[in-house]
Amino acid sequence: MIDIFDLYNRMEANNIMLSFKGDITDDLMGSILQIMESRMNDKNEEPKLRKKVYNVLVECLQNLYHHIDEVEMTESKSERSAIFMIGLGENSYSILTGNYIKTEKVAGFRSRLEKINSLSQDELKSYYKEMLNNEQMSDKGGAGLGMIDIARKTGQKLKYDFIEVKDGYSFFSLNIKVESHHNF
Amino acid sequence: MEKIHYDGTPKTPGVEFDGDKGELRLKGRSIPENSIEFYKPLIEWLDEYVNKPQGKTTVNIQLEYFNTSSSKCLLDLFKKLEHLSKKGNEVIVNWYYEEDDEDMLEAGEDYQSIIGVPFKMIEIQE
Repeated sequence: MIDIFDLYNRMEANNIMLSFKGDITDDLMGSILQIMESRMNDKNEEPKLRKKVYNVLVECLQNLYHHIDEVEMTESKSERSAIFMIGLGENSYSILTGNYIKTEKVAGFRSRLEKINSLSQDELKSYYKEMLNNEQMSDKGGAGLGMIDIARKTGQKLKYDFIEVKDGYSFFSLNIKVESHHNF
Repeated sequence: MEKIHYDGTPKTPGVEFDGDKGELRLKGRSIPENSIEFYKPLIEWLDEYVNKPQGKTTVNIQLEYFNTSSSKCLLDLFKKLEHLSKKGNEVIVNWYYEEDDEDMLEAGEDYQSIIGVPFKMIEIQE
């Protein structure tokens, strides 16, 4: 039996304002965006921060929507599931995501993330334009721009981790902080 | 030629493409999961328009948000306009951004530096 009180307290201690575990659907994304928009409105967040958070949220959610790999949990049950949380800090919002991906994809994904983290803001701008202009769009529409965009808009290095969980599957976690006092 | 008129939705922008006036407008949010599907008819419309364009084409882009998958489609759209401009037609892009929205201003500058069409950056008060 899950200890809900314990879970609640841990979320409370981490200032989690919204959390979700399950499949990321079209409708769910729409609802989360709507909720966050009105919450930020209620809190009178400055438009600049609101927009940044909204933009980064869209990219995070759409990454999950397009890239979750279905995992066989047991022989009879497979699951397309992710975890998604938004935490509130002082003049900042944290967006935390976690999802399964096939371990065979980890090396390629990791090297793309490492490349992004090795670039300065100016280099990121050039890299974004290069990818925008040259790369073919994948059938999912991504073209790999999402993570570059997140790194540009937050002005911070991407914090991520891969944990090898079970045969052929890894768990990818991403921790993004959007702060209000960044001036570019 | 036929006009395009779409009302805006929470995930897709309002669209006004008027071939008789040579005026194109995108307004609102462009964050669809499948942006190719949304932009395909717009790109096709432009393919037809560049064959019999007006002497002057004005493009108003007034987006509040757009996702990275839309950014690729927007570039495709601008490339059609670049082609039109290279053929000797006048093309003007008015890129609107809200006061203090540096990210949106920067996005406009990114496009301007990729395609050879003049952009006019217009700040709007909220």
